[in-house]
Amino acid sequence: MFGYYLELAVRSLRRNVVLTALMIAAVGVGIGASMTMLTTLRAMSGDPLPDKSSQLFVPQIDVWGPDSRRQSTVDRLPDQITYLDAMALMRAHRGVHQTATYAVEMDVDPGTGRPFSATGRAAYRDFFSLFEVPFASGAPWSAAADEGRADVVVLGAKLADRLFPGGDAVGRTVNLDGRNYRVAGVLQPWNPLPRFYDTNSNGSGFADTEDFYVPFTNAVERQLETAGNLNCTALPPSGWEGLLASNCVWLQFWVQLPTAAAVRAFRGFLYNYAAEQRRAGRFHWPARVELYDLNEWMVHEQVVPQQVRVNTFIGLGFLVVCLINAVGLMLAKFGARAGDLGVRRALGGSRLDIFLQCLVETGLVGFVGGVLGVGLTAAGLAVDRALLAPVAKNVQLDRLTQIDGGMLIIILAVAVAATICAGLYPTWQASRVQPAWQLKVQ
Amino acid sequence: MDVLPILKALRRNKIGAILIGVQIAITLAIVCNCLSVVDQYRERSSRPSGIDEGDIFTFSNQWVGKPADLAARTEADLAAIRAVPGVVDAEETNSFPLRGGGWGWGLSLKPTQKVPTSPTTLYFVDEHGLATYGLRLIAGRWFTREEVSNHGMHDVSFPASVVLSDYLAHKLYPSGNALGQIVYWTPSASSRIVGIVDRAETPWAGYGGPEDEQSSFLPYHFVSALAMYVVRTRPGRLAEAMRAVPARLYALSRQRVIDNMKTFAETRTTAYAIPRSTAVLLGSLSALLLAITIFGIIGLTMYWVGQRRRQIGVRRALGASWVDILSYFHTENLLIAGIGALLGVAMGLASNLWLVSHFALPRMSVVFIAVAALCVLVVSQAAVLWPALRAASISPGIVARGL
Repeated sequence: MFGYYLELAVRSLRRNVVLTALMIAAVGVGIGASMTMLTTLRAMSGDPLPDKSSQLFVPQIDVWGPDSRRQSTVDRLPDQITYLDAMALMRAHRGVHQTATYAVEMDVDPGTGRPFSATGRAAYRDFFSLFEVPFASGAPWSAAADEGRADVVVLGAKLADRLFPGGDAVGRTVNLDGRNYRVAGVLQPWNPLPRFYDTNSNGSGFADTEDFYVPFTNAVERQLETAGNLNCTALPPSGWEGLLASNCVWLQFWVQLPTAAAVRAFRGFLYNYAAEQRRAGRFHWPARVELYDLNEWMVHEQVVPQQVRVNTFIGLGFLVVCLINAVGLMLAKFGARAGDLGVRRALGGSRLDIFLQCLVETGLVGFVGGVLGVGLTAAGLAVDRALLAPVAKNVQLDRLTQIDGGMLIIILAVAVAATICAGLYPTWQASRVQPAWQLKVQ
Repeated sequence: MDVLPILKALRRNKIGAILIGVQIAITLAIVCNCLSVVDQYRERSSRPSGIDEGDIFTFSNQWVGKPADLAARTEADLAAIRAVPGVVDAEETNSFPLRGGGWGWGLSLKPTQKVPTSPTTLYFVDEHGLATYGLRLIAGRWFTREEVSNHGMHDVSFPASVVLSDYLAHKLYPSGNALGQIVYWTPSASSRIVGIVDRAETPWAGYGGPEDEQSSFLPYHFVSALAMYVVRTRPGRLAEAMRAVPARLYALSRQRVIDNMKTFAETRTTAYAIPRSTAVLLGSLSALLLAITIFGIIGLTMYWVGQRRRQIGVRRALGASWVDILSYFHTENLLIAGIGALLGVAMGLASNLWLVSHFALPRMSVVFIAVAALCVLVVSQAAVLWPALRAASISPGIVARGL
């Protein structure tokens, strides 16, 4: 029966090409506009580490006090931590894995050709197991390397390929800022989206991952400036040592806490630590701390720009207008067919038959409109990519503007479902046709 | 035109009329919110930065291996750049307008203040700064060579003199007497305001916000392995200088990385790329939405005309002129669209308030929504013209043929 209805639908749709085209265009444009917005929102709000995100936590400590928030409209603690606190948390070693980390930039001297600058990250070896970073060869550096501030480096896939095309880089040396580093490992291409572990450096939470990774202790010993944000409320003492001793925040800290009990214990420890710092005279305000898991942290940091959410709302409103439009056109379409629907009723077709027949026709419009919508979404995303090209240098723009398999299914499903919903009223109207009345007019 | 028969006819056609009305309402609500975003972008991105944008290019210079004699190397670099044909002047700094990242601090009027009077960005400049940027000094003076000192990445001093943007000067001293005043960076560090420039945007002006012109210039040589160079050329010689300058610098020393070479026009494009993409997207969405609504109105009105062929024929036979028929459909549309537009104005304002409170978007002006409503009404009237003409062309004879 479905096949027959489909054939009827095609025949009916071909009878009034202009009306059909308008309906399909309305559905297609509505889907295209709303799904262009939704694709980016979906890519941005994905969970970068689904199997582990509930175990990864970011601590915050109120090192600036209530005065620092007096001018602000939101009551937020500093979203990075100080060197002092990072070291205290590393020493306490309360999680399964933990790392203090920050973004750096160093010159790479390839030996032949001009030196170039590369983005890097200073971290403890736990960084790699904490975030399940996949290695192509080699392994993270040793705990002894962390301890000994060793000149070792883990290369990202891109930089490894640039420096040692075709060969294995492990065991070779790379000259960074004039010093030779031994390559301990090379990563597979790895690009979590969003790049959750540092939402500030390189412009946004959707930046590319780094070209290289060096021990945190090594970077601090070499006095490598942060390539991310550094915020102070009071002038730090002068020099690098002054920065390390200051209440300036410039480090990210992540800790893995596998169970609810571990989270509770860590929260307690964190509070006690802050209270102790207060007793020691570092603060003169009540201790205050926060602990966020990965996904809470993404929300807290507003990784998804507000405008993207606004755009999605506007896109959905757009879809509603297009569907209302389609409802009007469908009313006209089915109304014009009252005659032959009446004949079918008179020949014994039940109301349900008519209803199903029209529903198939509506569904077909939805599907074709959906296919058009996929094309328009792709076009919309291409326009988006072209417009954002000037900021694409460090951002994973391609992945934010691509239709993956999941999105394709969402688009087609939304198109068909929305069109059928929109078509329910016109279809119901059509199935209410009075056979006798229609025949009389004929 | 008598409205009563139209209303009576509409009662028999409730759903269609409601559909058009609601469609117009939502269209209006969306379009005015979209256009308000577009308008804010246009307003924001067309503000001048205060510098000679057409003739400036910038790049970053990073010394490889942290050499000890940074200040001397920078001085040699700048001398070499200034000698390049076509170059007006050059400057080394920590940041420049619209760059994206930069330095910020708070300025206070009194040493004991707990909360600063205003945040400000800090630009490090020397005696060449005024000529390099092409800033317009409107009061006081620029820095002399003797005033300029070295400032490293982790130095925490502040200079004796400072030049402010006019906006910041007025924010600190609303009565306009900023020149010569002492302002405080910390309880123990202060500077005298020696000059005021008419405009200077912050590095983060592209993000929008109230702090876009709160800029301070500090007489410092920035002593850092990674610094920005700003070069101003004679008109028309930008491209030539952009090729010559790096070649000249590499000739001085190859132990460096020159990166992010950009004309200021490119910097501006980059700074506003995200709001521009939003504006283009929402602008074209609005146009599409209006088009869809026009076709919707045409489609539905055509359907009504088809339904009422007999009635129209009867009216014509009874003496109605084609102008009467035309004005019937236009009045009917005006009624529906008018109610829809009123609803749309309410929805537009409500949705804007919601967006303002939830997403910190700027508020839309009432004039804006009124203009948008008028546009939607005109568009809707235009859309109904064709179906109405079709209706008017129905011959009175149709009644006689019994159809």
